[in-house]
Amino acid sequence: MRHSADAISVTNLTKTFGGEWSLFGGRSHEIRAVRNVTLALKHGETLAIVGESGSGKSTLARMVVGLEVPTSGEMRIVGKDAAALRAEGPRAFGRVIQYVFQDPVASLNPRKTVGAILDTPLQLLKGYDQRRRRARAMQLLDAVQMPSDTLERYPHEFSGGQAQRIAIARALAAEPRILVLDEPVSALDVSVQAQVLLLLQDLRQEFDLSYLFISHDLAVVESISDRVAVMFFGEVVEVGAAEQLFRSPEHEYTKQLIASAPRLGTALEGSTRS
Amino acid sequence: MSTPVVQAASEQERGGRRPTAWRLLMNNRLAAAGFFVLATIIVVALLAPILPLHDPNVTSPADRLLPVFSEGHPLGTDHLGRDVLARLVWGTRVSLVVGVSAALLAAFTGSLIGLVAGYMGGRADNLMMRGIDMLMAFPYILLALAIVAVLGPGLLNALYAIAVVNIPFFARNVRGITLGLSHREFVDAARLSGKSHLSIVLTEILPNVLPVIVITMSTTVGWMILETAGLSFLGLGAQPPQADLGSMLGQGRSLLFTAPMISVIPGVMVFLIVMSINLFGDGIRDVLDPRLRAGTLSRPMAVTRLDRKEVPELDETARRSALAVRELETGFEGVDGIEMAVKRVSFTLRTGECLGLVGESGSGKSVTALSLLRLVASPPGTITGGAVAIGGRDVFALPEAEIASLRGGKMAYIFQDPLTTLHPLFTIGEQIAEAVRAHQPVSRRKAHEKAVELLRSVRIPDPEQRAKSYPHQLSGGQRQRVGIAMALANDPDIIVADEPTTALDVTVQAEILQLLQVLRRERGLALLFITHDFGVVAEICDRVAVMRHGEIVEEGETRDVLGSPRHPYTRRLIACVPRPGQGSAFLDAIRAMPAETEGAGIA
Repeated sequence: MRHSADAISVTNLTKTFGGEWSLFGGRSHEIRAVRNVTLALKHGETLAIVGESGSGKSTLARMVVGLEVPTSGEMRIVGKDAAALRAEGPRAFGRVIQYVFQDPVASLNPRKTVGAILDTPLQLLKGYDQRRRRARAMQLLDAVQMPSDTLERYPHEFSGGQAQRIAIARALAAEPRILVLDEPVSALDVSVQAQVLLLLQDLRQEFDLSYLFISHDLAVVESISDRVAVMFFGEVVEVGAAEQLFRSPEHEYTKQLIASAPRLGTALEGSTRS
Repeated sequence: MSTPVVQAASEQERGGRRPTAWRLLMNNRLAAAGFFVLATIIVVALLAPILPLHDPNVTSPADRLLPVFSEGHPLGTDHLGRDVLARLVWGTRVSLVVGVSAALLAAFTGSLIGLVAGYMGGRADNLMMRGIDMLMAFPYILLALAIVAVLGPGLLNALYAIAVVNIPFFARNVRGITLGLSHREFVDAARLSGKSHLSIVLTEILPNVLPVIVITMSTTVGWMILETAGLSFLGLGAQPPQADLGSMLGQGRSLLFTAPMISVIPGVMVFLIVMSINLFGDGIRDVLDPRLRAGTLSRPMAVTRLDRKEVPELDETARRSALAVRELETGFEGVDGIEMAVKRVSFTLRTGECLGLVGESGSGKSVTALSLLRLVASPPGTITGGAVAIGGRDVFALPEAEIASLRGGKMAYIFQDPLTTLHPLFTIGEQIAEAVRAHQPVSRRKAHEKAVELLRSVRIPDPEQRAKSYPHQLSGGQRQRVGIAMALANDPDIIVADEPTTALDVTVQAEILQLLQVLRRERGLALLFITHDFGVVAEICDRVAVMRHGEIVEEGETRDVLGSPRHPYTRRLIACVPRPGQGSAFLDAIRAMPAETEGAGIA
């Protein structure tokens, strides 16, 4: 069954913020962050969502992991209806799908050791006993290539790239089927960014994962994803295989996006923009 | 609002190289004095039962109103012949217990309300905070009177009254911080790790709010002791014969002229307790607040401290170029000496040229840019060597006033996020006009016309209307155009742009880069462009200097450096930038690259 079902499939998904009646202020301003989005993430695939700030890509991601509730539309995670999943309790989502945040340092509680941070999902989502949790934490650190003494240390003792590895280890701790990666390398220096991308590619193989990869950086997206969806003002304007989409974009906005990306090659060709 | 607290947490755990909390507290003499006075009072009060004191409540009419230093009664006796010293010690004990208990009660209830309101937000928050507002608007003495009227006079009821009155301080403080924290990513992450709301509030948010609770407590407990004394003075608190500082004052009042010492002594005690608690509380606040601890809240000097051991001679090229930097060294003073951020950096920027300064975070590129006009905050920043020549003159040899006229005059800066550099309460037209008037003696009207003209030159549509907008009404790209317009206000020769497009979307970035390029050609500007993005460098820079660990490792024509980099670090950095069209071949190339440990190389 797993082979036939998509990892995530959303149909006509819409999210509206605001628009409620308040006590004195009247109706608040309504923002439609995501409009009628229909998308599918196939099993074992990396689907990238590309768009500029305010295009609704993060809102889509937050709905998919259960941090936001959609205003309307249907959402199926690993073949299960999201509403049913939500009804199973707050932990049901976390067991199948996990989220990696853009700013790794902000996503780790500064007052907790890495050991305590990794322990939480192992205990609450997997229900392992203490010895097994400890062993599993070591395995996870090993998988993200961090030394084992990491467990006793605090998040601020690590650089951005190392903190992102820890955040990825926490996401993997729940043994999810799907990872939602929200700009996972945007806050990192370029050399670190390349290493984290490589790590993500390896982990996808090793743990048999599907990725929903959100980014504004087209070159990064092209290097890691199988398919790309372009979002513009809350709507998906174009979806296609990565290679094809970048070679021959169809939508006007996609063309503009690709043309705007700064290129190393410009200098080599000897023509600076003017 | 939330960030400082979280940092407070992390800064303390850093321990090690930073001064410990205790040492910092002891360095603050007033706080240390407060601590020792308070500790002495507490010890004496605690030891009251075993000290050789008279019974504080035994009256002896024969010995009434004995003066101070009488035999057997070092502080004399009161109007009923009770020993004042015994009553003072026991009274202090009661006042402290009531004050501290009220503080704990208020802290607990207030923090609880604050945590719940801040975490839940929305209607629950609104409801709770309006309740707190009503409590705050009520005069405390009236509220205390009402409580006592219902429950009857007595110390315990006074304690309730004082606790209730002080709940808003805790609730408001804690709510503000919780509100910020509950939207932080680590809270979302904890939810995805399977934590319940209760467990998130208690184990994720509370530890980050705790420093604030402690600070608020240390600053309000003195006030609460004073309020206790006040209520007892009015006869609403401690009931006779029980001794309490407030009731001692009240009883001494009628004898103020015949036996002033009876009311002066408890008065002095109240003064000592409250003063010592406030001084100690201020000390604790200073220690727990990371901004105070890092010394950043102390006002920076107008220019970066200069401590040059040797001054390099300016060569002929330096004298003729727009900007020349020779062997610049800038460091930050820490606990164990100076940590160098810029190490003997030299480069030259010719008129009309664009030089890119590229590096990863911590490479010292921004510190270099700020050092040029002595803009690095000092303390802790210090320029320890080198020279900067603008138009052939050594900037570091100029008096402060002349440096100030260079800033935004001959040389202007553009920063990463104009939202943080523009004042939110003034229109952009006013701000640009102000920049003009800072350097040119023109009338307000003239300055405004110039502002509109500048907005037009950075291609802002309908500049007359736009000049009346506030920064938040503009998009990120338009704000950066305003930032550029301000930089152009006084026709500078040199513009230093520090990551001007990093916060922008790619399509907007392309527009801003193009604008900079056009302006540079039109006005013959020299542009020092600081970035981490090789793609941007390729688009705009004539030459590029690559920085790493505060040093320039490679410099040359952009085409040469990017096309055939000589230094292995540059080669590595360029290889790490994925190129459009490269696709998955990029990761294969990274995999094939010899490993360099992340921490050693880049972090």
